[in-house]
Amino acid sequence: MLDLSVAYHRYRFVGHEFLTWLWFVFENDPNQIALEAYPGFSVKIGNRVVLENTAHQAIETLIIKGEDVGLEEAMLSLKKGAMISEINLVLSTDRQQMQFTVKGEGLTISGMKLLENVEMEDELDREGFLLDRISTCEIVMNWLFGVFRIFLKIRLSENWDRRIVVDMRKWIAERP
Amino acid sequence: MGVAASNIAITAYRVANEPEENIIDRVYEGLVRHTIIDIDGESLDKSIGWTSIDQPLDPDFSGSSFLVGSLFVFALRIDKKVISPKIIARQIQKETARKLRETGREFLGKGEKKALRDAVIADLNRRIPATPRTTDVVWNYEERLVFFFSNQKTANEEFETLFTKSFDMNLIRVFPYTFAMEMAGLTDGEIDRLHGLTPVSLVR
Repeated sequence: MLDLSVAYHRYRFVGHEFLTWLWFVFENDPNQIALEAYPGFSVKIGNRVVLENTAHQAIETLIIKGEDVGLEEAMLSLKKGAMISEINLVLSTDRQQMQFTVKGEGLTISGMKLLENVEMEDELDREGFLLDRISTCEIVMNWLFGVFRIFLKIRLSENWDRRIVVDMRKWIAERP
Repeated sequence: MGVAASNIAITAYRVANEPEENIIDRVYEGLVRHTIIDIDGESLDKSIGWTSIDQPLDPDFSGSSFLVGSLFVFALRIDKKVISPKIIARQIQKETARKLRETGREFLGKGEKKALRDAVIADLNRRIPATPRTTDVVWNYEERLVFFFSNQKTANEEFETLFTKSFDMNLIRVFPYTFAMEMAGLTDGEIDRLHGLTPVSLVR
């Protein structure tokens, strides 16, 4: 294993490619990220997307935020060679809806909010409340890890260069 | 910052060591040995230690209170006293003037200045209360996974250091490379490809 601080920076781009691929998959083949452990889950882009362009010497950052965030500018940025470094997602299950931001370089979660919860938190005792909250956090993290594992397998396969990159380039070139 | 907050941040860690049979005793001992020490009224300006999630200002780990279901749940508490540099400078000025007046001298030596500065800061620290900041920790020891409920660099670094010191176990922060190496179940061929990976351009 590499030195971890070196590896963090060396593989930063993998997190960015992951989030960019995630948007591509949302729009083209969402079944690809359907996890057996989480049937009936749906995901959509929330209210914030951050893009980073390292194609030139200096890093350019574009932050797009707001409800019903318009993705035209984000796509324009992808067309110029940027990648997504942070994305806000809304994850819905049959009993909960969570909104959170994923940062690609560290696979960290921030700003996580519970939008809907079928269980009435007020009715739970302290331990029940804690367990319910922890379970929600585990669902989000395990979903993220599950989807990242799917991406890694694809990224490290021969299919990546042969098919996925070709399809993503086509998607970026043709999407308005 | 914690699991019950309305706005949650999570940094995940993988525990490098395999779970042990006497893990509950070991965690209890580590928590007790490194429980936060109250520094109000003391000359110290910072204290770092573990506290209970339910009683962050009055930690108590007795009766396996840190066990919630099959998880270890506790919190990191960092108490800090912040004194404005202007207040320190003003107190040093006052004390210097007093000392010069009392001794009838015109200047203080280098060593005297340092000693006076240290005494002023220690005195101010004794007089102001510390501001506590707690961050929750959820440790699933069967899965060797720890959630630390903050993304702040300093808090994460303090947490990693104290965790290793308390439980004699190493934490590996989960990020793309460590996930690939530790948690993705990659084949040898995939690991070889990972080590040669370079960024892709998606622009034709």
